[in-house]
Amino acid sequence: MSKDKEPLFSKKNRALLTDPLDDDNPITVQVLGICSALAITVKLEPAVVMTISVIFVMAAGNVIVSILRNVIPTRIRIIVQLLVVATLVALVDQFLKAYAYDVSKQLAIFIGLIITNCIIMGRFEAFALGNGVWKSFLDGVGNAAGYGWILIVVAFIRELFGSGELWGIPVIPQFIYDLGYQDNGLMLLSPMALIVVGLYIWIQRFYNRKLIEKD
Amino acid sequence: MNRDSNKHTYIFSVIMVLLVAFVLSFTSESLKELQNANVKKEKMQNILSSVGVNVSRDESELLYKDYISNELSLKSDGSIDDDVEAFDINLALEVKKDSDIQRYPLYIANVKNEKFYVIPLRGAGLWAEIWGYIALKDDINTIKGVSFDHKSETAGLGAEITEDWFINSFTDEKIKDSEGNFVGVYLTKSNNDPGNKDKMDNEVDAISGATITGDGVSDMIIERIQNYIPYFKKISSE
Repeated sequence: MSKDKEPLFSKKNRALLTDPLDDDNPITVQVLGICSALAITVKLEPAVVMTISVIFVMAAGNVIVSILRNVIPTRIRIIVQLLVVATLVALVDQFLKAYAYDVSKQLAIFIGLIITNCIIMGRFEAFALGNGVWKSFLDGVGNAAGYGWILIVVAFIRELFGSGELWGIPVIPQFIYDLGYQDNGLMLLSPMALIVVGLYIWIQRFYNRKLIEKD
Repeated sequence: MNRDSNKHTYIFSVIMVLLVAFVLSFTSESLKELQNANVKKEKMQNILSSVGVNVSRDESELLYKDYISNELSLKSDGSIDDDVEAFDINLALEVKKDSDIQRYPLYIANVKNEKFYVIPLRGAGLWAEIWGYIALKDDINTIKGVSFDHKSETAGLGAEITEDWFINSFTDEKIKDSEGNFVGVYLTKSNNDPGNKDKMDNEVDAISGATITGDGVSDMIIERIQNYIPYFKKISSE
């Protein structure tokens, strides 16, 4: 096969990694995985842990599905994909409970909800089933990073303006509060996540003209 | 190989499921010890926080022995069962037994020369179980502090029972009425005392939108504490 000679990080392969960060972002362009983006972006720490967990699940899952892509019976492929995600998520859950107990309590049901994260099933179905292992790996990491990038940006804004902290550490100096500044409690509520994501999409489209539909 | 034949589908599913089952049970077994250690430390942390000692989860194991002077497992008649380790009692299983064969764990804490009785609580919230600890002062009437936790109450509503503002409203409330009868502490919506200044009314302000979780909290306080009354009667008559 001539494809084997393609360099590991050819332009095409790099695009698999970088496209989901901007041009083809799963949250802001494809509008997938919104539910978890609302739920776990109140603070930075859980957002980062969620990102790492999703990167692991998505990359490993894409690789497994890609390895098995020629033997998975077509009729039960969705079930097989679900089994792969569910297994990986159960593993993540077990590891968090053992090594990051507080975070695992905070994320609680959201770890389980990775299973239903539409981005993951979407990439298995749309990419890993039809592409080689290496490409699927890059695609998995890329899409999970694109998802996580938005989580982190939104969590940064919400934690900073909502509780005046970053990673649980107060960053807004006391004299600003003394001048009458107050943390915006609305930032901690889910609707603000939607609004922040909306603002991000606005800014992104302002700079990235490719995304604007031609009527 | 025809991968859409029935034979292939069956063989594939069987192998896949066995493989997954093996991987999962292997990880679960090998991580169990670490996970249990975390759960144990958290339990100690929660017991300590009910008597007003707030420590991190890692410190809790060291400080636990300093503050908790005695752990008792009580029978329903108030006598002490020395054969059962109180700390090892799994309340989730215990509450399902008949009340006369249950063992009731009681922790006796000693903080700055003050004696507190810590009673573990467990009950039903809206979605799943809720639990916690309630610490009573030496008069067996005044609440020193509480700590609550839950499995899956609604964030922002029922889940607020873990928050400080709610927990602090229990401090100094009484579990007995003015005549000395045990009545517990109720979460009420019709509280005439929203500032919670009246500590004799056996009431704290409920959480809006979390009626069922709140009723669960009231119920579990009454249901659990009443089991300890025989023991408390016994020690006060001694």
